[in-house]
Amino acid sequence: MEHTTINLNLKVWRQKNAEDKGQFENYKAENISTEMSFLEMFDVLNEKLINEGQDPVAFDHDCREGICGMCSMHINGRAHGPWSGTTTCQLHMRAFKDGETITVEPWRAKAFPVLKDLTVDRSAFDRIQQAGGYVSVNTGNAQDGNALPIDKKNADASFDAAMCIGCGACVAACKNSSAMLFTSAKVSQYALLPQGQPERTTRVMNMVAQMDKEGFGACTNTGACEAECPKEISISNIARLNREYLNAQLSL
Amino acid sequence: MINNRIPAGELAQKWSTYKSTCKLVNPANKRSIDIIVVGTGLAGASAAATLAELGYNVKTFCFQDSGRRAHSIAAQGGINAAKNYQNDGDSVYRLFYDTIKGGDYRAREANVHRLAEVSGNIIDQCVAQGVPFAREYGGLLSNRSFGGTQVQRTFYAAGQTGQQLLLGAYSAQMRQVSIGAIKEYNRHEMLDVVVIDGKARGIIARNLVTGEIERHGAHAVLLCTGGYGNVFFLSTNAMGSNVTAAWKAHKKGAYFGNPCFTQIHPTCIPVSGDHQSKLTLMSESLRNDGRIWVPKKQGDSRKAYDIPEEERDYYLERRYPAFGNLVPRDVASRAAKERCDAGYGVGTSKMAVYLDFASAIERYGKIEATKQGIHNASKEEIIKMGKGVVKEKYGNLFDMYAKITGEDPYSIPMRIYPAVHYTMGGLWVDYELMTSVPGLYALGEANFSDHGANRLGASALMQGLADGYFVIPYTIGNYLADEIRTPKIDTKQKAFDDAEKIVKDRIAHFMNVKGTKSVDYFHKALGKIMWDKCGMARNAAGLKQAIQEIRTLREEFWKDVRVPGTADSLNPELDKAGRVADFLELGELMCIDALNREESCGGHFREEHQTEDGEALRNDENFMYVACWENIGNNEWQLNKEDLVYDVIHPSQRNYK
Repeated sequence: MEHTTINLNLKVWRQKNAEDKGQFENYKAENISTEMSFLEMFDVLNEKLINEGQDPVAFDHDCREGICGMCSMHINGRAHGPWSGTTTCQLHMRAFKDGETITVEPWRAKAFPVLKDLTVDRSAFDRIQQAGGYVSVNTGNAQDGNALPIDKKNADASFDAAMCIGCGACVAACKNSSAMLFTSAKVSQYALLPQGQPERTTRVMNMVAQMDKEGFGACTNTGACEAECPKEISISNIARLNREYLNAQLSL
Repeated sequence: MINNRIPAGELAQKWSTYKSTCKLVNPANKRSIDIIVVGTGLAGASAAATLAELGYNVKTFCFQDSGRRAHSIAAQGGINAAKNYQNDGDSVYRLFYDTIKGGDYRAREANVHRLAEVSGNIIDQCVAQGVPFAREYGGLLSNRSFGGTQVQRTFYAAGQTGQQLLLGAYSAQMRQVSIGAIKEYNRHEMLDVVVIDGKARGIIARNLVTGEIERHGAHAVLLCTGGYGNVFFLSTNAMGSNVTAAWKAHKKGAYFGNPCFTQIHPTCIPVSGDHQSKLTLMSESLRNDGRIWVPKKQGDSRKAYDIPEEERDYYLERRYPAFGNLVPRDVASRAAKERCDAGYGVGTSKMAVYLDFASAIERYGKIEATKQGIHNASKEEIIKMGKGVVKEKYGNLFDMYAKITGEDPYSIPMRIYPAVHYTMGGLWVDYELMTSVPGLYALGEANFSDHGANRLGASALMQGLADGYFVIPYTIGNYLADEIRTPKIDTKQKAFDDAEKIVKDRIAHFMNVKGTKSVDYFHKALGKIMWDKCGMARNAAGLKQAIQEIRTLREEFWKDVRVPGTADSLNPELDKAGRVADFLELGELMCIDALNREESCGGHFREEHQTEDGEALRNDENFMYVACWENIGNNEWQLNKEDLVYDVIHPSQRNYK
């Protein structure tokens, strides 16, 4: 692949800690290879800041192959930046033009408080999962894997929902900071499988209750979550969650 | 004398005999026993969940913001199990045999047999948890093949098997958190093990958000902290993967086993420039359908599809007709290096080979056409249908490749090159997964035990979950049964004071050096030394040189590293400094171990020891042992040996021809 180098102006959110008010700072990123990933561009910026005796920008990242869900930047007004179906770590600098100004912010949501710069606290997602995102089966209780045939269509649909990486882009993209796409993906994974049936009712009730308790907003029905989801989790999962929730309420 | 505590008796009976005779802890006593689990990958999450289900009080620690982020999540291809669902001749014995042979006869028979025995239970457990494995139209589980085997025993969930298995284990862990049986400490890093009267009694951890140094006591400590591939700087590991927990344990008396056994994975996206921060794996499952080749002519700069069939060298199929593109990883990696070094490499860097799906696309297209009853399909239609099938099988991998390289792998072959992926070496453990420090255990990639000198594909997930779900719940009871009278560990004891002081002094040192070079500068320099001299091919002169270079670099690091910010806040540079300081010590030990092992086996290839046709040449007479390195002072080590005894399998030269 042909590669060139570009120069960019960065407008990056800096915030010392959760209490700090925070503000944008401007930086120049020079001689950036278009082969770099977006986070490698930040590595270059940080190396420069360190060498100049400044504090580098704190951001979450780990696997850098789009699966751990740790990276989380809001880039030019879009969760994970301009490429659809892509996490920030997989976004490459080919996406930008020489001389462009790029604005980078943390996820903005009441339930995701900023810890420092671009790093936010997403432990609310763990607590939603704790509320019911599991099948209650202790180790050692399982029957033979093939004793329970599962319709391929349902198994595939369950997998599609289970691909969620829990990054929080759906919340960041939503005007109401709703966590419906995340929660519905987990509810759907189990609702579509026979293993999920015994706890089907309590699961959806408890997970939705926890979601509300964490301070996530209501669904806007505008589909921003689906559009920004790096794993392209379908909004039809939200429809399923609504059905599951209604049925659960009726069965009480 | 090393005691590996392998039970007596017939190989196939050892584990069942052990399980029925090991000591047990009654449920009432379990409630007053505390266990610390460091790391929440497959091994850590499965162990934490299972031990909590049994009734123990568990605390989990991970440096990420959630347990679900651990790097097991990135495993792509699959998990092996001897289910024989395909009726193709698989059995516990055959999985055991393939794993021992794949490891080039440097793994313990008893451990590997146990692994093969519990492999089927893992699949059952994961299915019960709601892990959405790939299925056939009849609703039953689907399998595929992996390297180093001739049966189809790999279970998978598209190219995200690790993700689905980890989220399964994480869900079990979250269930225990919700009932208070597990207490989570996320964004925490373990910085020391506390040993009292010779037994592990707790850890010192740093809260990575506040910088606070915390003391945690427990009756046993489990390190499930993964491998140390990041010693090479560039690897397929996550950016945060590190050796620190294992290294602290090593410094407190735990032996380090076979540190030089590193797996270089053959199919990774090649390095594109100096900015590179990590390397990305393209799953081994791609070798099921992709054919690997280079041009027959040196320095051929034509585009891949301008090179006619007869001018291509499918070198794996040529050299290894029996296994072809599915030879084990070490063999495939060395063969790629050999071609590139000889001047046949492709791409701008010439350090890459092609992984080509053209013939698979055509083959699948034809099958699909037949399935749909189209008998006169045009070539374009066939290719279109074939691409559809390949997309369903490997879509996410192809997408990832396209994003990283800007090329479309459906129409031009992928370029791949080997990269550091996994470390077979790790903390030495006995049959019970206990390190040489009583009460301190190592599970999953963090231990050395099951993969010998080379791990077969789809075996890491199997081992991580075997250790956590099915081994440790039994073996830890055998130790804890004698600890029921030990009261809650008091963290005001002197050993905690001492360990905490060392940790705090070290952090203060990093903050006070105020040198001129970033942590990454040193990490990259170390990585280059390791890759050049302790990578895919090693020789005595290079290793000796590497040891000197690492010592010099380490000295420079402590005098000249620059850590910005403060110690009492979120400070990723400070976290990295601690990890790189440990890599700078481990790197030396890896070179010492590689220098000591005067043979080639598995991933360890000493240029001085090869057969006439360039295959690894083992020296069973002198090196059929686990090198158990004991820390005896400031970067000084003593070698202890655990002899490997093969009662059932007769080691021979591995033959994949």
